[in-house]
Amino acid sequence: MSWDIFQPYDKKATRDGFGAGLHEIGKSNDQVVALCADLLGSLKMQAFKKDFPDRFIQVGIAEANMMGIAAGLATAGKIPFTGTFANFSTGRVYDQIRQSIAYSNKNVKICASHAGLTLGEDGATHQILEDIGMMKMLPGMTVINPCDYQQTKAATIAIAEHEGPVYLRFGRPGWPVFIPKDMPFEIGKGQRLKKGSDVTLLATGHMTWFALEAARSLEKEGIDAEVLNFHTIKPFDHELLLDSVKKTNALVSVEEHNRFGGLGDMAAQYLAINHPTPMKFVATEDTFGESGKPAELLEKYGLSPQHIHAAALNLIEGK
Amino acid sequence: MPDINQLEQTASQIRRDIVRMVHRAQSGHPGGSLGCADFFTALYFEIMDHNPKFQMDGKNEDMFFLSNGHISPVWYSTLARSGYFPVNELASFRMINSRLQGHPTTHEGLPGVRIASGSLGQGLSVAIGAALAKRLDNDDSLIWALTGDGELQEGQIWEAAMFAPHYNIDNLILTVDWNGQQIDGANEDVISLGDLEAKWQAFGWQTTVFDGNNMSELIQTLQKAKENTGKGKPQVLLMKTEMGAGVDFMAGTHEWHGIAPNDEQLQSALNQLPETLGDYSLTDKK
Repeated sequence: MSWDIFQPYDKKATRDGFGAGLHEIGKSNDQVVALCADLLGSLKMQAFKKDFPDRFIQVGIAEANMMGIAAGLATAGKIPFTGTFANFSTGRVYDQIRQSIAYSNKNVKICASHAGLTLGEDGATHQILEDIGMMKMLPGMTVINPCDYQQTKAATIAIAEHEGPVYLRFGRPGWPVFIPKDMPFEIGKGQRLKKGSDVTLLATGHMTWFALEAARSLEKEGIDAEVLNFHTIKPFDHELLLDSVKKTNALVSVEEHNRFGGLGDMAAQYLAINHPTPMKFVATEDTFGESGKPAELLEKYGLSPQHIHAAALNLIEGK
Repeated sequence: MPDINQLEQTASQIRRDIVRMVHRAQSGHPGGSLGCADFFTALYFEIMDHNPKFQMDGKNEDMFFLSNGHISPVWYSTLARSGYFPVNELASFRMINSRLQGHPTTHEGLPGVRIASGSLGQGLSVAIGAALAKRLDNDDSLIWALTGDGELQEGQIWEAAMFAPHYNIDNLILTVDWNGQQIDGANEDVISLGDLEAKWQAFGWQTTVFDGNNMSELIQTLQKAKENTGKGKPQVLLMKTEMGAGVDFMAGTHEWHGIAPNDEQLQSALNQLPETLGDYSLTDKK
């Protein structure tokens, strides 16, 4: 399979993929219930609400209550999907998730939009960059951050069939859609989008597209980068990572998240013990974001394809 | 008519279990547990339609959610005495490798427990979720929940209090253990609850105030509450209890919220509580 198949064929937001996936499983599984905290339109849950009004619960601006209600629904056998912004899906309700969902092992799907800097103009109050870290710390929590519309839709459908609590992270802006419709999605399995031998680019979420762009620009300089898309951060696919870095012996992790607690941190901890590997982190520093357009913010905070390119070159030069 | 005397005898045994458990572990919360012993007895031995062959999803049976998880001793004793697990397992309360954790949890698979609680304020939301599921399934059995009174200081309670009337959650009966005490003292000294009944009524709940340490009144009130379900309104029972009820030196004070009796105090407590169903064994955990 040539990696050239990963070309953009559309531009859509990952949150639209969530809305489409939710609607689809609403049709096929009558145990699926959707909850929303006054962000119906932002979460793209309108189609579900329209077709399954009895299984849609508007909770209002009360996220803690929403998480508890979801835990109760799951106790009684339902498959609840909660929908609000990533910030209000995690930090605001961390203890509710910890006790009523994670520790109680409830089959709740916490679906979180507007994650990261690409939320844009609303600024740092809403741009959570710590959510992956918080959620992956919870025992038994599955953490998924798909890379485009198509994959978010596939992930939304997949988590309905998965037994156990899940955190599904996606975003606000229109973004290139490049994952083929027939590409399988398996929770916990990373995807090698491009084979390469010089450096591994390990990416998640929106940044996977940038990793592919960086691989293209690196190729022009004669550098053969391998691109891994880790849509699932936990459980972590250490086998695929190990297989890749044994070959490249250089790793750049790429994520729209604080460098403390994200995907790079996951990889570094595993490799430090099992296969020490020179590594660079393309992530936000230990900082909050700010208002601005998504593209401006990604550039300012060091999350552009050029930043990935530069980090890869730097690593290779150090070999 | 239920045999009130027999229920009172069961409550006496549950109170013995509570003080013995907390004494053996030298930790735990006897005060609120003793105060609610009559309520738990009434609920599990008379009022609820429940099955000790525990099913997590509680389909076609009444479900109970404990929000103030620190009164686990009274719940554990009630569950064991109702047949959910062997009574001798009560000896493992708060011990290493036990299913009877300090605060209730599903994590160790203890039959009867459907949600972890301990961090306060969460149980009402969970109970509402279960009530919504029963409505979706056309299952006309009921949801029962208990919170403390100090716990009402948590904001999430009022999120849930606002939600339930909006959705006409009328298959749920919430009880508040209104003993007036919390860790640091009386509610009124810590953070006043104000006019509690008016607060719940203003949120759209049907309220009942009653004496939770009087078995006849308890049975009457809980039966009435059952009759009032299905009428479009959530119900809250504001249950006046005495913290530490049944043991004179523990009664009516917050001092026994979360401390264990010594050997002498245990004996003094047990002398006040007739053994009616047989004490659990301290040596045979099976």
